[in-house]
Amino acid sequence: MYQYDKYDQAMVDARVAEFRDQVRRRLDGSLSEDQFKHLRLKNGLYLQLHAYMLRVAIPYGTLSSKQMHMLAHIARTYDKGYGHFTTRQNIQYNWINLEQTPDILADLATVEMHAIQTSGNCIRNISSDHFAGAAADEIADPRPWAELLRQWSTFHPEFQLLPRKFKIAVIASATDRAAMRLHDIGIELVNNADGVLGAKFFVGGGMGRTPMIAPCIREFVPAEELISYSEACLRVYNRYGRRDNKYKARIKILVHEIGADEYRRQVEEEFAHMKTLGLIPPVAELERISAFFTDPAFEQGLSDDIDRSDPDFAVWVDQNTHKHKTPGYVSVTISLKPEGGIPGDATAEQIDLMADLAERYAFDELRVTHTQNIVLAHVRKADLYAIWQQLDAAGLATANLDLISDMIACPGLDYCSLANARSIPVAQKISQRFADTGRQRDLGELKLKISGCINACGHHHAGHIGILGVDKKGVENFQLLLGGSAAEDVSIAKIVGPGFDEDGIVNAVETVTNVYLGAREQGERFVDTYRRIGMEPFKEALYG
Amino acid sequence: MAEPQIIYRDEPAVTDTPVALTDFASGSNAAAVRIEPGEDARALLPHLSQIKLVEIAFPAFGDGRGFSSAQILREAGYVGELRATGDVLVDQFVFLRRCGFDSFAPNSPLNEDDVKAAMSFFPDFYQKTSDGVAAIWAQRHPVAS
Repeated sequence: MYQYDKYDQAMVDARVAEFRDQVRRRLDGSLSEDQFKHLRLKNGLYLQLHAYMLRVAIPYGTLSSKQMHMLAHIARTYDKGYGHFTTRQNIQYNWINLEQTPDILADLATVEMHAIQTSGNCIRNISSDHFAGAAADEIADPRPWAELLRQWSTFHPEFQLLPRKFKIAVIASATDRAAMRLHDIGIELVNNADGVLGAKFFVGGGMGRTPMIAPCIREFVPAEELISYSEACLRVYNRYGRRDNKYKARIKILVHEIGADEYRRQVEEEFAHMKTLGLIPPVAELERISAFFTDPAFEQGLSDDIDRSDPDFAVWVDQNTHKHKTPGYVSVTISLKPEGGIPGDATAEQIDLMADLAERYAFDELRVTHTQNIVLAHVRKADLYAIWQQLDAAGLATANLDLISDMIACPGLDYCSLANARSIPVAQKISQRFADTGRQRDLGELKLKISGCINACGHHHAGHIGILGVDKKGVENFQLLLGGSAAEDVSIAKIVGPGFDEDGIVNAVETVTNVYLGAREQGERFVDTYRRIGMEPFKEALYG
Repeated sequence: MAEPQIIYRDEPAVTDTPVALTDFASGSNAAAVRIEPGEDARALLPHLSQIKLVEIAFPAFGDGRGFSSAQILREAGYVGELRATGDVLVDQFVFLRRCGFDSFAPNSPLNEDDVKAAMSFFPDFYQKTSDGVAAIWAQRHPVAS
């Protein structure tokens, strides 16, 4: 894992001092709420329906045990004893007092953490593949590149007041586990024809009101030009992105309106200029960062055998583990989607337990996934049973990874001031309806994603099944969407027809899964069947 | 023209009244020019040698286009006065300085103690800009001279 040097530490310490001063000026009245709003947002502090919400950055979703324990400490000390892991691989606390936020940031700074740029119209936390450094299918480790981008984007003076927020993801395998092409910039590390590692740039993806899949803007950017090229992409956006309408201000609208070719032309022109300025860190800096991400000391010659005599354990192993690049090891996903639970929530005790398990069994490291689960990336297969037993005792052994109940849901109207409808009760009812593990496993991989408003924080556009909560003349109403995907087969879901009430949408989900079960061919996932047979059979079953 | 409240230059503030960039482009011999957020600072680059003052307008603090305009001018070697005018707040001050502004004419005067505090929080930065301050990466990898 990356470790701060004196410069990185000074940066977060300074931020704490600065924010403490800003809060002081707000509390003594010298800053109006309007002036303060922009400042607190830069520290991830939102004013929600009931209280302040603080979003803490987890760069590319990677945490040490010590950092994870700190997240538990904050949940216990400053919140109501739990936290909410987000689709941006961050954590949010929903019950925060303004007066205490400088202390929270100070606590975070002691473990090399912060809330810098977790909100506001700036470059947000860089996200990445949660199996980085462990996956059998990656061509390189994307984390050093993500860390380089994190540093470049932190307090970048030119890009603090962009037209709108800006999200960057970096992956390094053909399998996309990070919704890369639904980001403002999606970067895929690739080898060029000479076997040299570089970055393929996709620009202008996003969800929100107008979902777009990012087109490829450049096939290959050499490592030493990563920052110059990113800077060129951002400068064109900062200068020409729309500022007349906040709903048309994301870069996807700019790229769509002028076209990918014209955007590319402008970026290339700016890039040619940038390259003359010598603004970029030397390759030695990427090498310095990369040294923090070398493999942990994997034992060699371990057996791949797992004792599967406990049937519940065997199901969990089949469902919640992922192939590791090293024999005898595996990556474990801890589901934060128990039956009837709130997707992504964990109590302080659960957070502490996961930290302890990581320290004891997983080289002291955890990952947050964009699907709101936790990963132990490097686990000996021989330790799986002991890990599972401890998870099970803490309510963390739900064997549902990538199944219908492993859903993404936004906080919705229970917390969020933007929401039109409550996502959480819908998520809970669906997970109860499909609680039977055998039934879920029969349905197979099924990505269900729920948003409580058109801002799409719950990624409903990218769900095999998506649910969108809307307000229909003062009544919560839920629309059903089908056919989206955030993976390498990326696609945008389409609305099926008129919406449903809360129980109606749960029934509708069951209805479309029944259509799938009746129509599927060998080996087809839900989304494959949908793509083959189209919307009509689903519509017919729902509206007849 | 807005008088600067704060200036970081050895010479006094330029007192010429700036002309609009559009007027300038049609053949003015003025030495002071004003750039609005939607205007292309690059239109000025052929004429930099005759310019003593560029005033960049911030009608609303949330519109960050002026930061890019400033960077473009400094990257092109402009050394004259670069003045931020309009809705200029103390909390953008450090970023404005780093983008090359050396003169500040805010609509509402800034509290100079707050400015001093803002300028003192951060000892170093990750990026290299035209302000000439060594980026953190440069300090990590000093080049033998």
